[in-house]
Amino acid sequence: MYGKKVKLRAFFILLIFLSLILIAFLAIKSLEENVVYFKSPTDLKNLSELDSKKIRVGGMVKENSIITNESEINFIITDFKNELIVSFNGSIPNLFEEGKGVVAEGFLKDRSYLKAVKILAKHDENYMPPEVSEALKDNKQ
Amino acid sequence: MINQIGNYSLYISLIASFYLIFQSSILIRNNFKYLDSKIFSVLSIQLLMVLISFFSLIFGFVNSDFSNETVYNNSHSTKPLFYKISGSWGNHEGSLLLWLLVLVIFLFIFLINSKKLSTKYRLLTVMFQEIIIIGFLFFILFTSNPFSSIFPIPKEGMGLNPILQDPALAIHPPILYFGYVGTSIIFSSSLSALVCGSINKIWAEHIKNWIIISWVLLSIGIMLGSIWAYYELGWGGFWFWDPVENVSLMPWFCLTALLHSVIVLEKRNLFHSWIIILSITTFLLSMSGTFLVRSGILNSIHTFANDPSRGVFILCFLFFLILLALFIFFIFHKKNSTSSSNFYLLSRETSILVNNWFMMFFLSVVLIGTIYPIFLEVINGSKISIGPPFYQKLIGLFLIPFLLFMAIGPNLKWIKSNFNKINLNQLVILIISLLISYLLVRFYGSTFVLAIPLFALGFFLFILTIKDFFFKDSKLSKKISHFGFSLFILSILFNGVFSKEFSSNMKVGDERVFMNKIIKFENIKIIEKSNYKSLLAEFIIIDNQDIINLKPEVRIYNQPKTLTSEADIASTIYSDNFLVFNVIKDDGYYNVRYQYKPLMMWIWFSIILISTGGILGYLKK
Repeated sequence: MYGKKVKLRAFFILLIFLSLILIAFLAIKSLEENVVYFKSPTDLKNLSELDSKKIRVGGMVKENSIITNESEINFIITDFKNELIVSFNGSIPNLFEEGKGVVAEGFLKDRSYLKAVKILAKHDENYMPPEVSEALKDNKQ
Repeated sequence: MINQIGNYSLYISLIASFYLIFQSSILIRNNFKYLDSKIFSVLSIQLLMVLISFFSLIFGFVNSDFSNETVYNNSHSTKPLFYKISGSWGNHEGSLLLWLLVLVIFLFIFLINSKKLSTKYRLLTVMFQEIIIIGFLFFILFTSNPFSSIFPIPKEGMGLNPILQDPALAIHPPILYFGYVGTSIIFSSSLSALVCGSINKIWAEHIKNWIIISWVLLSIGIMLGSIWAYYELGWGGFWFWDPVENVSLMPWFCLTALLHSVIVLEKRNLFHSWIIILSITTFLLSMSGTFLVRSGILNSIHTFANDPSRGVFILCFLFFLILLALFIFFIFHKKNSTSSSNFYLLSRETSILVNNWFMMFFLSVVLIGTIYPIFLEVINGSKISIGPPFYQKLIGLFLIPFLLFMAIGPNLKWIKSNFNKINLNQLVILIISLLISYLLVRFYGSTFVLAIPLFALGFFLFILTIKDFFFKDSKLSKKISHFGFSLFILSILFNGVFSKEFSSNMKVGDERVFMNKIIKFENIKIIEKSNYKSLLAEFIIIDNQDIINLKPEVRIYNQPKTLTSEADIASTIYSDNFLVFNVIKDDGYYNVRYQYKPLMMWIWFSIILISTGGILGYLKK
C-alpha cells in the first residue's frame, strides 16, 4: 500500500494536529479562568450582577482615607465620581500613597467593598497606570 | 559641541551604511572572488563613528551637560559617577544607541571571523545587516535622537529613577542587548545562506558560534534583570510573568530551539527550512521585544517613557523585515531532496525535534499571555490582565513530558536507536525519584497538584544528568548545561512549592510569630545620605537557636522625588530570608513583608551553570 516514509509522515502530521488541538483547548480554558478584568468604581456601580471572579479596580487613593491596624490596611479608591472601600492584608508597593494612583486586585464583597489580595502602584511618581488615567478622563467628561 | 559631534557621526554612519549596501551589491553582481578592501575600511569608519557618538553621549552624562535633552531628562549633577555612566544607556534614546553600536560591532566581528566562507555570502550578510542598521539609524535620528538640545540650558537635570540606580541594572541592558542583537547576525546570515544555497554543515558550524554567544548573553541578561527585580522591586521572587520579562523570554525559547536543531544540521544535514524559520523568528521576536517595551503598548512596570510615534516606526520597520524575510524565503527556498530519507522515529534527531516542539509550545503560551490583553483591548476595549496561574498551569503541565523527554532523549543515538536502549536502569531511577518526591511532598505538604510528578521528573533528570558525567559519549558542554538545567528545575520547584510568606503592619518594638519564627521590629533611624534620606530599620528573626539580623531600608530620593524600598536578604545555601518594609502613613505603622525562599541562590547558580556549558561549547570546538 503506502511506503514507510508516507506512513511516518502521516503519523507526524496527525500527531502535530492532535497536539495543536489539545494546546488550543488548554490555552483557551486556562485563559478563561485566569483573565482578570479591570474596572473603575463607576463601572462597579453600574454592574448588573456581582461576579465572584477576581477583578482589578483602579483609581486614586482618597485623601485621609488610609486607616491601618495590625493586620489590615483599609482605604478608599475614588474616581472622583464613585468610591470603593478596600481592605487589604498584605504588602503594599512603594508608591502607595494618599492622592496617588493605585490598582487593587481582589474579590468584590458588594458594590462598594473589595477584599484585596494584591495592591499595585507604579514606580514612577509621575506615572499613572493607563487604566487609571483613562478611567479618570472618562469621568471628568 | 560634543553633542554636535555625536549627532554628525551618526549621519556619517548613515552614509556609510548606504555606501556599504551599494558597494556590496555591485560586488555581488560582478561576482567578485575577493572581498573589496573598501568594504572593510568603510565598515571600520562606521564602527568608529558609532563609537564616537556613543562616547560623546557618555561624556555628556559624565559632565552633566544639560543642554542635551537626554541628559537633562535622565541625569542629575549629584548622582554618583557610576550611575551617570550607566544612566546613558538606562534611557530610551541611549539604549537604542547601544543597540546600534552592538549591531555594528557584531557585523565587524562577523566580517573578521568569516574569512573562510564564500565572498558572496559575506557580502550578502553585510547587506542585510546594513539594512537593519539603517532602520535603527533612521529610528534614532528621526524619532529619538539622543543629542537633541534644549534652550535655555536648564541648571539641573530631572534625575534618574532611583530604582534604576543599581549595579545589576547598570550591566543588565548591555548584556541583554548583546544577546538580542546577536540574533541579528543569525538573521542576516541565514538569509544570505538561503540566497547562496549554502545551508550545509560548514554553515552550521559557523552559525552555531553566533547562536551560542547570543544564547549565553541572553540567558545572563535575563538572569540579571531577574535578580534586580528580586531585591530591588521588593516583590520577592525570581519571575513574575510581567509582560516585559516575557518579552525577553520569547526569543530565548526560540534561540534554545535553534541551538539544538542546528546541531542536527551540523551532524545530519537535516532541518534546513526549519532552521531558517527559527533564525528569522528569533530576530523578529527580539525586535518586537524592543517594540513592545518601547512603544508603551505593554502595561508594565518597565514602561518608563514612551511615545506613540516611536511605536509606529518600529512596527513599520518590523513589517518591512518580515516581508523581506518571507520574500527571500519563498524565492530562494529549495526543497532538499537528499534529506529525510533515513529519518527514524527513535533517534537523537527526533528527540531534538521534540525539544523544539516543546520550546515552540512554551513560546506560544508566553506569546498568548502577553499579546492577548493587547488584542482584546483593540477588539472590544475591555481591559484585562493575565495572572501567573495561566502560565504556571500551562507550562507546569507540559513540563512533565518535557522533562521526561529531556532525560531520555540525549541518550538516544543518531540516525536510529533501539527500544532496548531504554533500559532497566532508568526505570529504577524513575521509581526512586517518584518515591523521593512522594515522601517530600508528604512530609512538607503542598497544595500544588503537579508537585509530585514534577519533583519526580526533576529528580529523575537530575540523577541521569549526573550519571552522564561518568560516560565519555558526549560533550562536556552539553552535560554541564543539562545538569544546570535539572538543577534549575529542582530549585524553582523547591522555591515555588515551599516558599512561605508573611506580611503585617508593625510598630517599632512589635513582635510577630510566623512558622515557629519570631519576627521582631527593633528599631528605626533616619540617616542623611548625599542624594537620598534613608530610613534604616532593624529587625531580628529568631528561628530556634539562630538569630538573623536584617536591616531593610526605605530610601527617600529628592531628584526625582521617589521612595524605594531596599530589601534585606540573608542568603545561605539552603534558603533566603527576605525582609522588606514600607511606609504607609505617618501613624507609626510600617508595612512589613517577610519571605522564606528555599534554594534561591541555586536558581541563579544553575543559570550560571547553564551558560557556562554554552561558553565551554563555544571554546572547545
